[in-house]
Amino acid sequence: MTSQVLLIEDEPNIIEAISFILSRDGWQVRSHSGGQDAMDVVRARKPDLIILDVMLPGRSGFDLLADIRADPQIAATPVLMLTARGQRKDREMAERAGASLFMTKPFSNAEMLEAVRSLAPRT
Amino acid sequence: MATLNILVAVCVAYVVLLFSVAFAADRAARRGRGAWLRSPLVYTLSLSIYCTAWTFYGAVGFAARSGMEYVTIYLGPTLVMIGWWWTLRKMVRVGRSQRITSIADMISSRYGKSNLLAVCVTILAVIGTTPYIALQLQSVTLSFAAFSPAAGAGRSVQSIAIYVALGLTLFTILFGTRNLDANERHHGVVIAIALEAVVKLLALLAVGIFVVWGLEGGLGATLARIDASPIAAFEVSGSRWTALTLLSAAAFLCLPRMFQVMVVENEDESHLRTAAWAFPLYLMLISLFVVPIAAVGLDLMPEGSNPDLYVLNLPLLAGQDGLAILSFLGGFSSATSMVIVAAIALSTMVSNHIVMPIWLRATGGAAMMSGDVRHVALLARRLSIGAVVFLGYLYFRMSGGGTALAAIGLIAFAGLAQLLPALMGGLVWRGATRTGALAGLGVGFALWLYCLLLPSFGPGVIVPQSVMDHGLFGLSWLRPQAMFWTGGMDPLVHAVMWSVGLNTAAFCTVSMLSFPRPVERLQGAQFVNVFEHSQRPGSWTGGLGQSEDLLIMSQRIMGAAEAQEMFARAARRQGLSGYLPEPSPEFLEFLERRLSGSVGAATAHAMVSQIVGRATVSVEDLLAVADETAQIMEYSSQLEAKSAEQARTARQLREVNEKLTQLSVQKDGFLSQVSHELRTPMTSIRAFSEILLGGGLNAQELRKYATIIHAESLRLTRLLDDLLDLSVLESGQVVLNVQTATLDEVLDRAIAGAIGAAPGGLEIRRDPGFEAMMLRTDIDRLAQVFINLIANVRKYCDAGAPVLDIHAEPDGTRLIIDFVDNGTGIPIEDEALIFEKFSRLGDARAPGAGLGLAICREIMHRLGGAITYVPGQGGAAFRVTVPQMPG
Repeated sequence: MTSQVLLIEDEPNIIEAISFILSRDGWQVRSHSGGQDAMDVVRARKPDLIILDVMLPGRSGFDLLADIRADPQIAATPVLMLTARGQRKDREMAERAGASLFMTKPFSNAEMLEAVRSLAPRT
Repeated sequence: MATLNILVAVCVAYVVLLFSVAFAADRAARRGRGAWLRSPLVYTLSLSIYCTAWTFYGAVGFAARSGMEYVTIYLGPTLVMIGWWWTLRKMVRVGRSQRITSIADMISSRYGKSNLLAVCVTILAVIGTTPYIALQLQSVTLSFAAFSPAAGAGRSVQSIAIYVALGLTLFTILFGTRNLDANERHHGVVIAIALEAVVKLLALLAVGIFVVWGLEGGLGATLARIDASPIAAFEVSGSRWTALTLLSAAAFLCLPRMFQVMVVENEDESHLRTAAWAFPLYLMLISLFVVPIAAVGLDLMPEGSNPDLYVLNLPLLAGQDGLAILSFLGGFSSATSMVIVAAIALSTMVSNHIVMPIWLRATGGAAMMSGDVRHVALLARRLSIGAVVFLGYLYFRMSGGGTALAAIGLIAFAGLAQLLPALMGGLVWRGATRTGALAGLGVGFALWLYCLLLPSFGPGVIVPQSVMDHGLFGLSWLRPQAMFWTGGMDPLVHAVMWSVGLNTAAFCTVSMLSFPRPVERLQGAQFVNVFEHSQRPGSWTGGLGQSEDLLIMSQRIMGAAEAQEMFARAARRQGLSGYLPEPSPEFLEFLERRLSGSVGAATAHAMVSQIVGRATVSVEDLLAVADETAQIMEYSSQLEAKSAEQARTARQLREVNEKLTQLSVQKDGFLSQVSHELRTPMTSIRAFSEILLGGGLNAQELRKYATIIHAESLRLTRLLDDLLDLSVLESGQVVLNVQTATLDEVLDRAIAGAIGAAPGGLEIRRDPGFEAMMLRTDIDRLAQVFINLIANVRKYCDAGAPVLDIHAEPDGTRLIIDFVDNGTGIPIEDEALIFEKFSRLGDARAPGAGLGLAICREIMHRLGGAITYVPGQGGAAFRVTVPQMPG
């Protein structure tokens, strides 16, 4: 069974790009664009890895991360956070909220692959 | 021996000379010539009326009787002139700035223009001066008698006194009441007095020189004679010396005639500077030969001859008739000048403070409108002159011209010295009150009467012997010459000590215990701080006075031409034409002061207040008083102000800091937004370009990914354009290109720009009603706003069949254009946000960085109009208000 990656992101073109890169590498990628109902999706799918954008419509990525870490069922899931703001403050906030890894947009495809590989065990 | 007839002839000639000098001086002054009339020298010489016949003849007598004591009479004024120069200057400044007419006016003015006080001072002055005038008449008669011993006791000499009195009255009326305004200088009088000052000085010097070098044969011999004479042996009592110096100093300041020449007739304050050294010099010269004459007289003259007449008798004895006549003229000059000035001063006081108030009260307010006030005031003054001189003559006749008169000089001094506490206290002490002044004057006056004046007529004449011995009502502490058991003192020293001492004590105590009225406070501040402000604060509530009535009244007092000129000038100063100025507080103030020069401050105040209505104290006065009080608190209030200022500065700093912090937060937020908006397309571009670079894609994928890259680059470009546009608009550096176009032209352009060729299912409904209206504004920018709004409808309108309604309506010169779509509109909680930067609502998948409406708002702001969201229109509704811009 291939590892499942849940991508929570609101920019369609970025979803398209990350999906393409990870699928080609053999990951099963699911995507979700809203902030409000993201937790339900996470609980339902129980992904092996979550890629989470900080700026989501409806809900901040940091809040979502806090919820994930607070839910014992899914708390152990590694989370890769993406931000387009790239400020040191965001990185610190992400680390405090329990992000496994933090990446600033734009990123190189190789970086993305490497990060995902390091976070999720391949089965 | 010169006969009486020659003497009379000389006298008449001298009087004619005086008349012509006075007449010429008056004429010169009126024609604007004669600057020398106003010289400090003339002022100094006029001060010499201090040296009356009593000093002219009496000083020698004084020296012959009591040795060096006579020096005190000159020492007092000298000390005042030199040591109290500052006080004199203050007195003169006050006198000039307040248009003071007499010492009574001065004191009444200081204590709130109290007429009661003025009346008291006037009465005191009359009582104190009348014997003095009698003394002058006596000296003239005595000197006549010296020339003609046979006629001495006869009727002819007695009648001389009445001729002299008549002549003096005539002279004084002629030259002293030319103008009603007592504040105007009496040039004729002053110059005549100056001339007389020279005559008496020359006379005394001539006699002195004759005595020393003519009779004695040199300075050495004279000094030896003085040593041998009893003068050298006289013991000078310290207390008497002090008391006499104090008395003469006080008299110099308080004598009505001294006040007249020193303050009222003062032409220029700077003259005092010259007088400060010149007058003491004059006194020194005039007293130079007193002792030699006295010593030689004591030696040469027969036993029992009157030492008061040595000045006259020594030349006569030596057969020097010419010198004797000169000496006689000196004495005559001293007497006449004193009487003239005293009569002027007293008549001013009597008419201003007694006759005029009574007349005003008797006739009511009507009189000063219908009657001729000017005439009445002048008549009152002339009659007063006659009365004063006549009173002096009467006193002379009643007292029989006896030697009792000789002592009266010092008694008069002591009486007028009672004015000193109120006068000086008023000049230096703000706390002095009217009640205090009245109390001091009353106590001093009573004691002076009881201890000095009444007993001076001799025991048993007025004060019974029993009272002298055992005190009033048998109370031993009330003995006139041993008050409070202080017997054994010199009567004069005793009286001066108690009267002036208790006067001062009463003045101070009552002043401290009583509360000054507002007018007193104002006047007090004006007097005490005269050097800080020579202007009086207004004491009239303006607007109530009738300018015309005031003019009528002023004409009666000042004369028609002068009053009209003054009113016209005042009106011009107020920017009005004609003769009637607004009765502003300043004008009334000025008018009152002008009139007070004619009738005295209290009367002027009363007259103006009768016309203006409620006079007294206005709010401004009270404010001025409050201001004065505020000065005391200035220091603490300054401190308060400083700490308040610091607090204010601190608050300002805090506010600025908060603003900066806020701005910094906003800037951070904006940068973070810009970063997000730039990085998002960059992410797609980078990812897909790397995918493309990786190769192994089919043609369809290639095309798809290339399209994404292209679209995201366009998005990036648009974002940069918007950012640049916004920054230009916000910085205000945008240059507007104002053009004229009709609304439909602008809308056509905007719709074409927003939709292009493909309407994309959006139906636009327009309202042609007002679309033909001309717009004068930056058409390109306005079109940009419209494009944004139409594009937003395309992006966000969620209706199945989107429809945009555009309708326009004029509002005055402005045009209101509404854009209403049929979607769900904007949630009410977001309405406030939509015009903020980067405030894309919902899941903003639509292109655009969320700067569109922010740019629209900035543009409309620059165009002088507005863009607002109108809720409750069924869909999203934006209202654009466009004003017509100037060319």
